[in-house]
Amino acid sequence: MTIQTRTADNGVNVAALLGAREALSQAPTAARFKWRATSQWLKGTHSRGTVESFYGLGGEQTHRQPYQFDSDHPEVFASEDNGATPVELVLVALAGCLSAGVAAVAQRRNIQLKSVRATVEAPMDIQGILGIDPEVRNGFDSIKVHYDIDAEASAEEIAAIVAQSQKRSAVFDVLTNPTAVAVTTSKA
Amino acid sequence: MLALGPSTIDVVVIGAGHSGLAMSRVLSESGIDHVLLERGQVANSWRNERWDSLRLLTPNWLTRLPGYAYADDDPHGYMSGAQVADFIAHYAKWTSAPVVSDSTVTQVTQEETGYLVVTPRGNWRCRAVVLATGACSVPIIPRVAHGVPREVPQLHAQDYRNPDQLASGRVLVVGGSATGVQLAREIQDSGRSVTLAVGEHVRMPRVYRGRDIQWWLVESGLLDRRIEEEDDPERARRVPSPQLGGTPGLMVDLNLLRSEGIQLAGRLAGIRDGQAQFSGSLQNLCTLADLKLNRLLVALDEWAERFGHSADIAAIERYAKTTVDDSPRLGINLGEEVRTVLWATGYRPDYSWLKVPVFSDKGELKHDRGVVHVPGLYVLGLPYLRRRKSSFIHGAEDDARELGAHLLHFLERSAIAPNRVNCVA
Repeated sequence: MTIQTRTADNGVNVAALLGAREALSQAPTAARFKWRATSQWLKGTHSRGTVESFYGLGGEQTHRQPYQFDSDHPEVFASEDNGATPVELVLVALAGCLSAGVAAVAQRRNIQLKSVRATVEAPMDIQGILGIDPEVRNGFDSIKVHYDIDAEASAEEIAAIVAQSQKRSAVFDVLTNPTAVAVTTSKA
Repeated sequence: MLALGPSTIDVVVIGAGHSGLAMSRVLSESGIDHVLLERGQVANSWRNERWDSLRLLTPNWLTRLPGYAYADDDPHGYMSGAQVADFIAHYAKWTSAPVVSDSTVTQVTQEETGYLVVTPRGNWRCRAVVLATGACSVPIIPRVAHGVPREVPQLHAQDYRNPDQLASGRVLVVGGSATGVQLAREIQDSGRSVTLAVGEHVRMPRVYRGRDIQWWLVESGLLDRRIEEEDDPERARRVPSPQLGGTPGLMVDLNLLRSEGIQLAGRLAGIRDGQAQFSGSLQNLCTLADLKLNRLLVALDEWAERFGHSADIAAIERYAKTTVDDSPRLGINLGEEVRTVLWATGYRPDYSWLKVPVFSDKGELKHDRGVVHVPGLYVLGLPYLRRRKSSFIHGAEDDARELGAHLLHFLERSAIAPNRVNCVA
């Protein structure tokens, strides 16, 4: 029997995450974050979203730089297709969140990842958004995520990492549980 | 007693259930003068706050307290609530435990030399207090319960006795641990349809390789695992009770419930406009439970192999993965469809009468494996207090012995001479 001494490196600073967990459990108010985005309508179905600042650890924080995301609708919807549809951005967010979790959990379990590829598919009946059939909801019928993972681990260990990632994922929670949404307006 | 002012004694044990009585026995063995204050009769919760068909999750042969074990003719059976109460009552008699019944403690305060314990039937001044009121004092009902429409009756498992209590029509059972799965089956069997809202849960076979699962957990030492060995003790203490029932040989898992026609839904996430909303994460929770079950079975198999048990036990078994609908229900109407909501959402301890600054910001009792952070105050019988078996009847002895030793040491080293009963050597 060989004793495994190699330390996996998935580029996740687990010590820092565990330190943060310990520190924030002592100071729960610092754990209160606020995430923000702005969105500027450009033309038609084309908008440009920007994320830059957020609140957390008791103060205002900023990203290293602002990030922008164009959203639009495809040409089959008679749009100009200047960007991903907003529902596709939701799928991107889900995969991004779950994959971050996969890396962190694998690191914590000292499992070296070689490649992680998520494929996300979400059926939707657009009779809902077109108002054709009031029985059909606007959103997805369901979401299917498939992970192709190459790692120094058994299939069971990989399944456990992906399961644990879902358990700790913010976007997975946002999509699987109801959230109260309040939209207000003002005249510029 | 009221006219005489407080009685003085070394130790007051609050609660005469299995934990309190185990501690009483340990104290008696060391000749420590003590009293057990019980709000009702011995084993009150077991007698008065459990449903009719309840069976203990541990087999009779494992039901034991210090110096005392089950000795009847059904070692592989599972006791009913009344039988557990009788077992504990016999133990109280057998140990001549100094129980004061019908003495609800209404307040405990710290005094210069110890504690003042207040009851409507008289007060006690003591040097040490043992909290043995258990983990199941107050039903936990989630905040979302406020959203249940007034015309839909709701009750907690603590007040549930049998299906006859319930209106006809569909019942939403909230909670997929031991209580929830058992009640869901019995209510479905009564002719009422059941929807079961399942959150994080622990799947476990009743019998594995021909032996009760509790035999495996005890013999392999898993139940002796100490809390200090856990990476995340807080999480370990929150692990829900396994999906076990008291039917010999029957695995009460979600596959069985589904095959019996029970509708499975995800965790109850909210109630809005009379509509119960279920989380869409059911499949992942089932996957997590399946993976965890398999890891447990692998560990048990390895243990059996290593210690030469493989010859006298049946072959290795694995269980079909949990199947849920591709698109489980995400909502159900309370009123039109659901006629009753039954909360199988657990319990929490109640120390509202303990007027000593020993609580965290969240209101939880702060202690180190049962030793509370003020001298002379101890707690017993909570989940994974010191060992994984801490809240089981058979787990009371080891904890009571260790905490009893700590308590004894405390009494000996504290300034005032102990008020010992003189034992003839």
